[in-house]
Amino acid sequence: MQRAKTFRISFVFLTLALLCSWLLNISSGSVSIPFAEVLSTLFGETPEIASWEYIIWDYRIPKAFTSILVGGGLSLSGLLMQTLFRNPLAGPFVLGISSGASLGAALLLMGTSLLAGYTSFSFLGDISMAIAASIGSFLVLLIVMLVAQRVKDTMALLIIGLMFGSITSAIVSVLAYFSSAENLQRFIFWSFGSVGNISTNQLLLLGSIVALGVLLSIISIKSLNAFLLGENYAQSLGVSLKKSRLTIIIATGLLAGGITAFAGPIAFVGLAVPHLTRQIFDTMEHKVLIPAVMLYGAILMLLCDTLAQLPNSASVLPINAITSLVGAPVVIWLLVRKRKMMF
Amino acid sequence: MAEFDKNILSIKDLTIGYDSKIVAEHIYFDLKAGMLCGVVGINGIGKSTLLRTLGGFQPKLSGNVLLKGQILEKYTSPNLSKELSVVLTEQPASKNLTVQELIALGRQPYTNWLGTLTKDDKQQIEDSLEAFLLKELRHRKCHELSDGQLQRVLVSRAMAQDTSLILLDEPTTHLDLYHKVQILKMLQELAHDKQKTILFTTHEIELAIQLCDRILILDGKENPFGDPCQLIEQKHFDRLFPSEMVQFDAKTGSFKISK
Repeated sequence: MQRAKTFRISFVFLTLALLCSWLLNISSGSVSIPFAEVLSTLFGETPEIASWEYIIWDYRIPKAFTSILVGGGLSLSGLLMQTLFRNPLAGPFVLGISSGASLGAALLLMGTSLLAGYTSFSFLGDISMAIAASIGSFLVLLIVMLVAQRVKDTMALLIIGLMFGSITSAIVSVLAYFSSAENLQRFIFWSFGSVGNISTNQLLLLGSIVALGVLLSIISIKSLNAFLLGENYAQSLGVSLKKSRLTIIIATGLLAGGITAFAGPIAFVGLAVPHLTRQIFDTMEHKVLIPAVMLYGAILMLLCDTLAQLPNSASVLPINAITSLVGAPVVIWLLVRKRKMMF
Repeated sequence: MAEFDKNILSIKDLTIGYDSKIVAEHIYFDLKAGMLCGVVGINGIGKSTLLRTLGGFQPKLSGNVLLKGQILEKYTSPNLSKELSVVLTEQPASKNLTVQELIALGRQPYTNWLGTLTKDDKQQIEDSLEAFLLKELRHRKCHELSDGQLQRVLVSRAMAQDTSLILLDEPTTHLDLYHKVQILKMLQELAHDKQKTILFTTHEIELAIQLCDRILILDGKENPFGDPCQLIEQKHFDRLFPSEMVQFDAKTGSFKISK
């Protein structure tokens, strides 16, 4: 019971940290706005310079919420995959799920123009992009799942994930070769990853996709916990393997696919955050871990985005580079301290 | 005590194996509540296949398996999990679980959709921890435990599942003699005190003879089943291994290397 109390304190602490990083995120950007002005604008007052109101409400706040959805959702999908594949190194990026989403996006952005001769992108819209990326990630996830049934070796699974990455990037190169410069540029910018430039409608759509993924994860809490013992034990505890496996896969596909569609392939968040979370929350209970990884992921993403903005300068770094710079060393550090790299 | 006389597990003319290959056939036996039963036989004779079939992990080829008078296949998965628990040779997938967390998972068949533990569940977990001397270790992670301790945790989890039948696949492998005896004695206590029916596969024939109420010998032909003393009298153990290598000594109930 002592532990329940420490968890509660950690949750309060994380929520405060989330609030702070959210404020930090919206108060920094290419245009420098004094913190006091940011606060008063948030409380509905008109700032000194009228355009600040627009910058804060129409650009920075949607961007901050996107970061929260992206960070929280990717981390949750990483947690689900680590439990499902019984593999501490599983994550949307490592297992090729993000590559699948990229392939879906590439086929949509570049392939359609190839087939139809000339099509304008606006015709396709956001939803088709989300669907294409989700389908791409689902397909890869299903294939990896099928392979995982045969290959019990965790290393082999990771190598297969890497190979998927290679295959998709090869197909993307072929597509790129035949694609128009405009479409190619669109794809490349997408692949850098970005949480900005998302309209309110897109944000609502992303929010609904993430919410659905979270909901499916919550109803899977019990089977996720049973999977910690292995599939045979889970079955002996009354878990319907097919049904719960499918629910978890759909949740992962929605989270990883949907987010990748809107924000591009963002590396390492899904893999690293569950491990970082377990440093604070020393438990395997998914009831605690699901909200914890989502909070942690959201905080990390907000901070990475703040860094990517390069405060007070006009340039924005690709967020994918920042998360890799933060995430990859974390994974190495965890691997070196091998004991902690368990799931 | 009519309830006591009923068979918990009743096997009639069971054939086990995989689609194309029969592993063992003509298996008959009945187990009542509170009985500890060992399954012995040489490697590859089908001990684990039998256990996997009884546990519902693979379909039988023919014959009948009755659990509490009902055909095994007729049980829904949630209902079966309240009547049958297993301890497998595979290690838990996550060794980052604490002893208490792992044992608490045994209560899943009884908890609500979120897995909230009631007072009753917590009591069961406490009893299971106590029965297998795990109270001191409750907050330890599984990767910090010795083989013997981990085995006790896995059996304790099966006890927490509170089922009438517990199946264990080779619970004594990788353990030294002391821990082998310890785990088997604990199983015997669990069977006799809590009226659980326990079936386990083992290579420890000499220990099984001393501790079990019933033994099933898988020999690929008759598959004799009965009281250990009875089986010794009928010289069933003598035929278990090729006699030019080892011989069974009926007086001491042990095997001797042939000179």
